[in-house]
Amino acid sequence: MATVTATAPGPHLRVRRWFAGFTSRETWAAFAFLSPWMFGFVVFTAGPMIASFILSFTDYSIIQTTHNVGTANYRTLYHDPDVRTSLRNTFIFTVLAVPAHVIVALGLAAALARVGRAASAFRTIFYLPTMTPAVAIGILYLLIFNGSYGILNRGLALVGISGPFWTTSPHWVKPGLVLMISVWAVGASVVIFLAALMGVPQHLYEAAEMDGASRWLRFRDVTLPMISPAIFFVVIINTIAGLQTFDQVYTAFFNASTPNGTDSSLMYAIYIFQQAFRFFKLGYASALSWVLFAIIAVITAIQIVVSRRYVYYEGQSK
Amino acid sequence: MQGWRKSLAAVSALVALGVLAFAATLASAHTTAKSAGTLNIMGFGTGDDVAETRAAIATKAVGATVNRPSGSFDDQQFLAAVASGNAPDVVYLDRQKVGTYAAKGAFQPLTNCIKSQKINLKQYRIPALNEVTYKGKVYGIPEFYDVRTILVDNNVLDQAGVKLSGLDTSNWPRLLTTAKKLAKVQNGKVTRIGFDPKIPEFFPLWAKANGVDILSKDGLQPHLNDPRAIAALQYAVSLVNAQGGWDKFKAFRDTWDFFGSNNEIAADQVGAFPMEQWYYNVLAGSSPKVKITALQFRNKKRQPINYETGSAWAIPKGSKNPTAACTWMKAMTSTSTWLATAKNRAQIRKSKNQPYTGLSTGNAVADQAIYKQTYTSINPFFDQAVKKVLDVQRFSFNIPASPASAEFQKAWMDAANRVLAGQQTAKAALNQAQKEATRAINAARK
Repeated sequence: MATVTATAPGPHLRVRRWFAGFTSRETWAAFAFLSPWMFGFVVFTAGPMIASFILSFTDYSIIQTTHNVGTANYRTLYHDPDVRTSLRNTFIFTVLAVPAHVIVALGLAAALARVGRAASAFRTIFYLPTMTPAVAIGILYLLIFNGSYGILNRGLALVGISGPFWTTSPHWVKPGLVLMISVWAVGASVVIFLAALMGVPQHLYEAAEMDGASRWLRFRDVTLPMISPAIFFVVIINTIAGLQTFDQVYTAFFNASTPNGTDSSLMYAIYIFQQAFRFFKLGYASALSWVLFAIIAVITAIQIVVSRRYVYYEGQSK
Repeated sequence: MQGWRKSLAAVSALVALGVLAFAATLASAHTTAKSAGTLNIMGFGTGDDVAETRAAIATKAVGATVNRPSGSFDDQQFLAAVASGNAPDVVYLDRQKVGTYAAKGAFQPLTNCIKSQKINLKQYRIPALNEVTYKGKVYGIPEFYDVRTILVDNNVLDQAGVKLSGLDTSNWPRLLTTAKKLAKVQNGKVTRIGFDPKIPEFFPLWAKANGVDILSKDGLQPHLNDPRAIAALQYAVSLVNAQGGWDKFKAFRDTWDFFGSNNEIAADQVGAFPMEQWYYNVLAGSSPKVKITALQFRNKKRQPINYETGSAWAIPKGSKNPTAACTWMKAMTSTSTWLATAKNRAQIRKSKNQPYTGLSTGNAVADQAIYKQTYTSINPFFDQAVKKVLDVQRFSFNIPASPASAEFQKAWMDAANRVLAGQQTAKAALNQAQKEATRAINAARK
């Protein structure tokens, strides 16, 4: 009896198979239907990305003659103190915002999973703030987090806590922004987590309960592994969003009518915007953007590698 | 087999049609922009009666189709338009930006325009013209002229038993005492500001009061770490600190209903603060019964000073209709246009039973005519304020046109914010700002 060994096809074979697929009419049809998206991707995403990479080696300003400056932009940003400041702020914000967002969203989703029929109504209510324009969130932040007269500090005062000056104290600006931006927009993540929680097979809980597992153990050993792909997705998406934070912070601190931005509120994306569209250093801004892209790519790659150990996909071989 | 080929052909034809339609739209847009009888304006969308009355007059003078997309001037939008070869024919923007765009070669000098259209530059206010003049060439035509007086809430002064002389900005120790007397801090919260120095925005005014221009006349040498500028920032911050400190001060100021009927003057939430003249118009509409006084901002030598800013018209390089653009700028800022506009506004306000406080333009001749021919008494408080606004216009100074105006402004604003937040001393902050501004200007002038 012959033994059949399953081996993965080599790259050469894969390429041949890919081209062979074009003999099928379905392949042509699929590409035809994909072509509008592919056109958009090439023209509006890939093209500008390649262009910005080339521009990052120039002193491009749109309105003046462009010169090749080699790696000067990258060397400049290495020594630019504002790059360090804005990167530090952005990292601190992301490190605080992502866990806060996940914990709040997961907590709300877990609560919603228990309310039965009313869940859909609450789901809508929780999702509504996500629809708020980012600019409005920036303005609301100044009102809600006002150190003397804001709702938040008034609420804290009721329980005997003297709230900080969230919008002016350099130490409290970032925690305030984390609370506002990450928690305000938990709606989308709540919906994702709720769907994941609903998908956990009930018999797993029953088996765990029969084994005498406490509520915490059931959550830790059943719920968390089963919804880990959803958590992973939310973490990745929010990490990227955190590293690109712009609108709300710009509205609250760097707009012409609120020129009170300090070193503590300067986010990296705001710094890129200032360099590009206030100071017309589009070459330098391109270099800054590629550094951000590289940082996001590395962090995402690390998260993917780590996820292999902690994220459980049903049906996977290991 | 033939069926799928037909489907594929149909889809391909649709995609091709879409691409063709897209290209045709672009081509058509390009053709429209090129047509001789069109004037494309950026930064001057549909506005209030003052904007629309003048626009109607200027459109008639130009005799062409005028495109005015909505929205104010946006650097990002302007750069994108220039990059795509569709520069607008004329732009309306903040005067402080004109020098930077001129230095980068994005605007045309108006020498030919002024000569061919016989634009009388003498009618415009000199500080406003200075703001749009770079390396001896005029790059913009001034429009509005914002002046700053000290707006006083008489009620607050009466309640605290303080006289107007206590608000003399030439006497810093006395002003500090007055500010403390007028301010109210209750239960750890500021409930009334005595005197708001309006920093970071008005830092140039405080520096000038102490005898220093923060930028040289040629716009190339910052004087941010001049000891007098440092002392001015220290003093302005000390005013804030004496009235509860920046955290509480700003937290309270952020709650003001600035444009509403329960504004900070009507609600007696502030004793006095330097403010642009247009706010008298706001107060006249929202709370006409307030008892106010306008004072001149005085320097340490007791001379009146006024920090002026405003808007301007400029013609970008690549403008396809510079002749019409020049006609437009001339018509929009001429004495007759301003006067007709002011008369119309006075009429509109009268029909709505609302007070009218006049206009403050970059055209000195127009301002005199507007005041003489259109202003009618509102009440003694507003009458005094309007008169004071006209009076301070001759004591104006400006921040000169600079090749790096945005970076220069960011440098001093950031410095003031760092001092207010307690992160740096005035000396350290302005030393840093001086370095940043010098570096930016040197890089921009290359």
